[in-house]
Amino acid sequence: MATREDIINRCQALYDDLDFTAAREWKDAKEGRHVIGFMPMYVPREIIHAAGMLPLGILGGGDSLEVIQGDAYYQSYICRIPRSTIELLLTDRLDFVDGMLFPSICDVIRNLSGMWKLLRPDVYSHYFDVPQNYLKDVGGEFYIHELNVLKEDLEKIGSITVTDEDLKNSIAVYNENRRLTRELYKFRSDKPWLAPSSEIYLVNRAGMLIPVEDHNQLISDYIEAASAEDRPKRDNSRVVISGSFCEQPPLNLIKSIEMSGCYVVDDDYMLVNRWFTKEVPTDCPPLQALSYTFLDASVKMPSCFEPNEDIKGLFLVDTVKENNAEGVIFAATSFCDPALLERPILQDVLNDADIPHISFKYAENTGQMQPIREQAGTFADSIKLWS
Amino acid sequence: MSAPLRKPSTDVQKDASMAKQKAMIDGNFDRLGNVKNTGEKVSYTFVPGNLNELIMCFDMVGNYPEINAIQNGLRKKSGGMIMEAEKWGHSEDVCTYVKADVGMMRKGNIGPTGQPIPEPDILMLSYTGCYTFLKWFELLRHDYKCETAMLHVPYTGDGEITDAMVQYVVKQLKEEVIPKYEKISGVKFDIDRLRENLAHSAKAEDDFVWVLESAKNKPSPIDAYFGGIYYIGPIFTAFRGTDLAVDYYKTLRAEIEQRIANGQGPITPEGEMKNEKYRIVTEGPPNYTSMREFWKMFYDEGAVVVASTYTKVGGTYDFGFRHDPSRPLESLAEYCMHCYTNRNLPERTRMLESYINDYEADGLLINSIKSCNSFAAGELMMMREVEKRTGKPAAFVETDLVDPRYFSAANVKNRLESYFQMIDQKRRAGV
Ligand code: SF4
Ligand code: SF4
Repeated sequence: MATREDIINRCQALYDDLDFTAAREWKDAKEGRHVIGFMPMYVPREIIHAAGMLPLGILGGGDSLEVIQGDAYYQSYICRIPRSTIELLLTDRLDFVDGMLFPSICDVIRNLSGMWKLLRPDVYSHYFDVPQNYLKDVGGEFYIHELNVLKEDLEKIGSITVTDEDLKNSIAVYNENRRLTRELYKFRSDKPWLAPSSEIYLVNRAGMLIPVEDHNQLISDYIEAASAEDRPKRDNSRVVISGSFCEQPPLNLIKSIEMSGCYVVDDDYMLVNRWFTKEVPTDCPPLQALSYTFLDASVKMPSCFEPNEDIKGLFLVDTVKENNAEGVIFAATSFCDPALLERPILQDVLNDADIPHISFKYAENTGQMQPIREQAGTFADSIKLWS
Repeated sequence: MSAPLRKPSTDVQKDASMAKQKAMIDGNFDRLGNVKNTGEKVSYTFVPGNLNELIMCFDMVGNYPEINAIQNGLRKKSGGMIMEAEKWGHSEDVCTYVKADVGMMRKGNIGPTGQPIPEPDILMLSYTGCYTFLKWFELLRHDYKCETAMLHVPYTGDGEITDAMVQYVVKQLKEEVIPKYEKISGVKFDIDRLRENLAHSAKAEDDFVWVLESAKNKPSPIDAYFGGIYYIGPIFTAFRGTDLAVDYYKTLRAEIEQRIANGQGPITPEGEMKNEKYRIVTEGPPNYTSMREFWKMFYDEGAVVVASTYTKVGGTYDFGFRHDPSRPLESLAEYCMHCYTNRNLPERTRMLESYINDYEADGLLINSIKSCNSFAAGELMMMREVEKRTGKPAAFVETDLVDPRYFSAANVKNRLESYFQMIDQKRRAGV
């Protein structure tokens, strides 16, 4: 069995590889394989999988990609992920990708979908809309239609037919992936000293880059290997990270938070792998199952409208309680409208529940960790002092 | 050569339609300020994709937060409001319209004309072409705890409006929006009343398009950006669907017909622009906190804006859309999806390209708004495309809509002057 170190080294190598070698190799291993990229937030990876294709999460260029051409495409006041994603495109790092999905997360990603069409008119790209109306016969029906459009588009790309059986099998595999991801999160929450956040992050991140079956195995192996180890337990404060759902913080930032005395016991990095809070049923028409589960059991996040004001923001209080957390760190990307506009509401909700919080902004290439370390360290100390 | 920045003179020249327009907007503020006495119910909603014809069916008065932000910007009040919102915890990075509005609310909700803005009975979140709307009304709902009707308008990412999209919006109107309005207003929905309002809209839209297209004349009798802002006021807000708007656009059209007959250029705050030297197409909203100063940088140089995308943010009527009384709800749905920022980037680029060609413009100017991703994300790409396709020069300036901290007059002026010189050079080179 692989050691924890082996597993993390593999995940780190995947994370560092901006040429997406693993996905390229997967594609080249068999004639007729296709890779479909997607930007952060939810896309129905089950449909891509059912079409025999590899869903590939494109999460920007991180802190090691030098953005040269991307800067000519964006004005100064904007987050960094679209710039670095354009850089990935223009430097041919995504030349093997057969299609791109742009989920409805914000205006930046929305407009990026159009830029893709202009820059690569010959490659499939699709703005993938999800419903903001949660009634089954309204948003649900619309969404089934959108899912079907995607399915048909992929069928065209692959010259294949995707059957209901294919879809049900894929739903089952992703149900397993979500179950394991939740288990991974629970493992960290129960024993954060055995599962540093940077490792959990890397294990999750690997799931954006490799086939889901492989990822399922990887999560199981990691939990098994990490549980068997004995690592020193520190007197850290338990915190939840909120606002990092799109442009990802650099790994160093994730490490810095922990090094400053915080155990991260929940976060919203890469929500796509935990989007559904319950299993997608496999005993009804599959697109309907995906649609209705989206309506009923999606995670709460700023890009989705919350129809019920009474529960607005309470998900954060709930996760703090469920994970015995002692505070929340709002870590949002600079210029991120969804995260930053939502923040005052969430802060009010936390204040009402007497939950301490701090906030800072980052970019995927933030290099200076000292201020963040100091802020998080002071927060951790104050939690210890006052709790 | 860079001329010293002179303050625009304070005497503003107005024509009859402008005075009429101002009276209409002020009238709506009066109506809002007076709801305590009249008992009218208040509906807040956004400009792009608004459902004014429908809201009117419930005898409600509309409040448009963006219009308040604009009016506060023009009156130089928005800066303080934005600071107030930032004090409350809003980031300096986000849309300043939202902050101007939230700041106004936190400062007692006194509107731009000094009259109180009443609390909403319903927030109509028609979410067209901009994500920020969604957060904006969640923020207002958080404070007002009032009824909120959500209308999700699908983005035309693939450049087309499909039947499924139309049906989705229509269903939301039937199952979500109309029942909520009936409940709040106590008025039963009457589809014939809606048809009547839509017929008024279509009439006004015809004249409005005629006005916009009058800029194809040389000299152009209108400025389609700075002047256009006044022209869009009634049709983008509480007046579309009313007799008043029909009347306003008739008056405006007659005025412009006269100007064309006289061979006159557009009216600027300092009188008629005499010497049309440059014909420009603009992309993006204007700056409102220094609008006169910004406009002056154009008319002082003989530059007239012949077409702008900003005046399409509440409907791209010049590409053929009209409200249609024979398909009332479908027509509302299509209207919402036709709004400019709900169109994908290739479509927006095509629009700009056609404006440059159809209006025989000298080039494209992008005013990129610091805090508006809806417009700005991707504008540089559009600029390159339009330059490539038309061979006309383009320029890019950055300002903000209503945050005075982001209007650097000297920078903008320098940029514009070099741009006009570039056009001269191209002309000399015969391009
Ligand atoms: S970081 Fe925020 S603003 Fe930027 S693309 Fe992602 S969601 Fe949009
Ligand atoms: S369109 Fe731009 S200015 Fe208007 S609300 Fe959206 S982000 Fe703000």
